[in-house]
Amino acid sequence: MSSMVYDVIVIGGGPAGLAAACEAYDNGAQKVLVIERDKELGGILNQCIHNGFGLHYFKEELTGPEYAGRFIRLLRESASVEVKLDTMVLEIRERVVHCVNSREGYQMLEARSIVLAMGCRERTRGAIAIPGDRPAGIFTAGAAQRYVNMEGYMVGKRVVILGSGDIGLIMARRMTLEGAKVLACVELMPYSNGLNRNIVQCLQDYNIPLYLSHTITDIIGRERVEKVVVSKVDENRRPIPGSEMVFDCDTVLLSVGLIPENELTRSASIEIDRRTNGPVVYENMETSAPGVFACGNVVHVHDLVDFVTAESKRAGAAAARSALGHEASGAVMEVRNGSRVNYTVPQKIRRENVDKGVEIFFRANNVYRDTVIKVESGGQLLCQFKREHMAPGEMEKITVPKILLDKADGQCLTVSVEDQA
Amino acid sequence: MTNLICIVCPKGCHLSVDEANGYAVTGNGCPRGVAYGQKELTNPTRVITSTVKIRGGIHRRLPVKTNSDIPKALIPQAMALLDGVELESPVHVGDVVVADICGTGVSFVASRDM
Repeated sequence: MSSMVYDVIVIGGGPAGLAAACEAYDNGAQKVLVIERDKELGGILNQCIHNGFGLHYFKEELTGPEYAGRFIRLLRESASVEVKLDTMVLEIRERVVHCVNSREGYQMLEARSIVLAMGCRERTRGAIAIPGDRPAGIFTAGAAQRYVNMEGYMVGKRVVILGSGDIGLIMARRMTLEGAKVLACVELMPYSNGLNRNIVQCLQDYNIPLYLSHTITDIIGRERVEKVVVSKVDENRRPIPGSEMVFDCDTVLLSVGLIPENELTRSASIEIDRRTNGPVVYENMETSAPGVFACGNVVHVHDLVDFVTAESKRAGAAAARSALGHEASGAVMEVRNGSRVNYTVPQKIRRENVDKGVEIFFRANNVYRDTVIKVESGGQLLCQFKREHMAPGEMEKITVPKILLDKADGQCLTVSVEDQA
Repeated sequence: MTNLICIVCPKGCHLSVDEANGYAVTGNGCPRGVAYGQKELTNPTRVITSTVKIRGGIHRRLPVKTNSDIPKALIPQAMALLDGVELESPVHVGDVVVADICGTGVSFVASRDM
C-alpha cells in the first residue's frame, strides 16, 4: 500500500459524489479522491437530457448534462481533487478502499473519511416477475434512455411502458419525439408515482393513455416482443379475469422502481434500513461506521437532483470535518415513523451536532389531501407543517429548528401525517 | 374555468384559470404559475430537448435543447430540423446547433461539452 493517505475518498462520480467532493474540498479537505466506474463523471445526469433540473439549487431550469457540467467544472477548479475514471471499487475495509482498473491494477487506498455515493439501479423484469415469453425488446426505461440519448440506438417502434415513475414518463415523450408510437403507460397502483408535471408534459401533451390500476399479465413473442396483454387489477392488485387488453408492440419499457446500490455498504457491515434499502444515517449523513458517510440515491431514492445536491453537500462537509479530526458525538435521538410515514432520513439525530436546524426527508404511504405533518417527542408536539397534497411519489422535506429540537425531552422524535382538523 | 397542473417546477401546483375573467389564475404558488396558466390557454409553449449525431466525441450523440420555449404546434417541425445534423467534436455547452427554429428566433444549442 502506498504511504499516501487521502483526507476524503468519494465513491461514485454522479451528482451526489460531485457535490460531496466539492464541498469536502471547500471545507478544508486537502486531498480528495473521486472514484467513478464509468468513463466520465456525471452519472445518470448524462443521459437525462430533458430540462427541469436545478430550479431549487441554481434557480434556473437546466438539462441533466448542464447540471452535471457545472459541478464537473467546479471540481476541475479544485486543484487537489483527484479523479479516477473506469475504476471499480470492490470493497471497503475500515478506512481502506480496495479498487481496480486496467491502468493501475488492484489498489488499496487509505482515507481519513469515506463518502458512499454509489447511487441506485433499476428494478428489472425479474424483480417483479412478469409472466410470459422472454423475447428481445424488453428494457428497463433507464437502459433504453442510455441507448437512445447517448449511444445512438433507437430501441423500438411500438412501445408499451410498465410503471409510471418519472423515468418511464420521460421515456414515453422521448420515444414519441424520436418517431416511435407509445401505445400505453400502464400503472399497477391507482395513482402515478411520477411527478404531476411529467404526466402533463410527457403523456397528455402527446395523447399517450395512462392506465391506472392495470398491469402487464403476459408478454408474447418468439424472437422479439409481438404483443403484451394488459389487465385491470382489483384493490388487492390482483388481475381481474376478463379485463384483458392486447397491444401489438415490439418493445416493453419497465419503470418499476429503483434500488439503492449497497453491496459495498453491506459488505462493510454498515447498518441498513430495510425501509429505504440504504444505510441508516445521522443528521450529518454519517453511517453506523464512524468516518463513513453516505448521500444521494444510495441512501434513499430522490425525486429531485437538487435535494441530492443539498444532502451531499452536508455529507461532504461532515466528511471533511471528520478527516480533520472533529468527530461528531453526543446523545442519539431516534427518528420514528408515525402514522402514514413510510421512512425518514436521517434515522438518527445527535442534537449537539445540529447547527440551525435538522432537515428530515420522508415519504407518505399513500395519496392524501389537506394534511398536517406533526413532529412529536415524548408525547409533546414540537412543530407542525400543513400540506395541501401528499403522494408517495413526492418526497417531503421538513426542517425542525434547533431551538425546538432542544425542547424535546424524549429519546426519540416521531414524524406523522394526520388530517387537518 | 380550466383546471391545469403547473409544469414550471416539480411542485406541480393545481391551477384554475378563469377564461371569462381575463385568464385570472388561482392556486399558483409563485408568479411563474400565473404566466404559465395564461400562456397554456392562449399560446402553449415547451422547451424541447433531443440529441444530434456527433463524430469524435466520447459518445455518439450530443444532447441539445431549445434555448427558449417554442410553440407546441412547432414541435414536430423543430424535431425534423435535427435529423440531418452531424457535428464534429469538440463542441461546447451553449454552442448553437440549429439557429432560428422555424422563424421563432429560438435556437437549438448544445447542452454539454463533448
